[in-house]
Amino acid sequence: MNERKPVGQQTPMEAAATRNKKLTAKPAKLGRDVQARLGQQLRAMYDEVVNQGVPDRFNDLINRLDSSGKKDPQ
Amino acid sequence: MSMDESVRKAVLGAVPSLRAFAISLCGNVDRADDLVQETLLRALANIDSFQPGTNMSAWLFTILRNHFRSEYRKRRREVEDSDGHHAESLKSQPDQYGHVEFREFREALAQLPSDQREALILVGASGFSYEEAAGICGCAVGTIKSRVNRARTRLAELLHVNSAEDFGPDETTRAILASGGE
Repeated sequence: MNERKPVGQQTPMEAAATRNKKLTAKPAKLGRDVQARLGQQLRAMYDEVVNQGVPDRFNDLINRLDSSGKKDPQ
Repeated sequence: MSMDESVRKAVLGAVPSLRAFAISLCGNVDRADDLVQETLLRALANIDSFQPGTNMSAWLFTILRNHFRSEYRKRRREVEDSDGHHAESLKSQPDQYGHVEFREFREALAQLPSDQREALILVGASGFSYEEAAGICGCAVGTIKSRVNRARTRLAELLHVNSAEDFGPDETTRAILASGGE
């Protein structure tokens, strides 16, 4: 049940998550520890999108809106 | 319109997190990106109402959140099965996110009531304070706190997590647990 798998088969995403989320070896009983792990999953999921940066369509949109008011768009 | 360089930077800087928030709200990347685009258009059309020196990111989140809410209410009338709609759209499009590794977690998240989900995301992932999250959601700080608490409790139930030892069978969690053993 608490068997640990070798780390060797991680995807790069998992490896990144692993590096970012150093945890203590012993799982605590409840409460804060569970909350912390839920929080880590939540942030890992969220950051997966954040790390995609700004898609071109939004850069283009801002550029378009910005240059539409300028006499000399660059 | 010609925008101030600092405004431009702040708006673009908020986009990645706005997208992540939008995806967590609506459960679909394409719709989320449309939501972000509509948010940016609204924001820039009303940029004069932004108070310099205040938090641009929180301002944009507020616009996005309100826009989503009003759209959602419209759709709610159109979509009979509104409660299961978000969860179902997740299940039918697991690859929309590019990765399936958080699927179990996402599905649990999708089952939370939307006010709890947004509170948890804003505080737990977007990094807003309880006060900022309350401002974004237009409710009291205490309301945000209780929503976040209920969201965490419910998530733990849905994922059958009673202790860290029980924590999820999904790959990411295993990797995290494994790394802890080193």
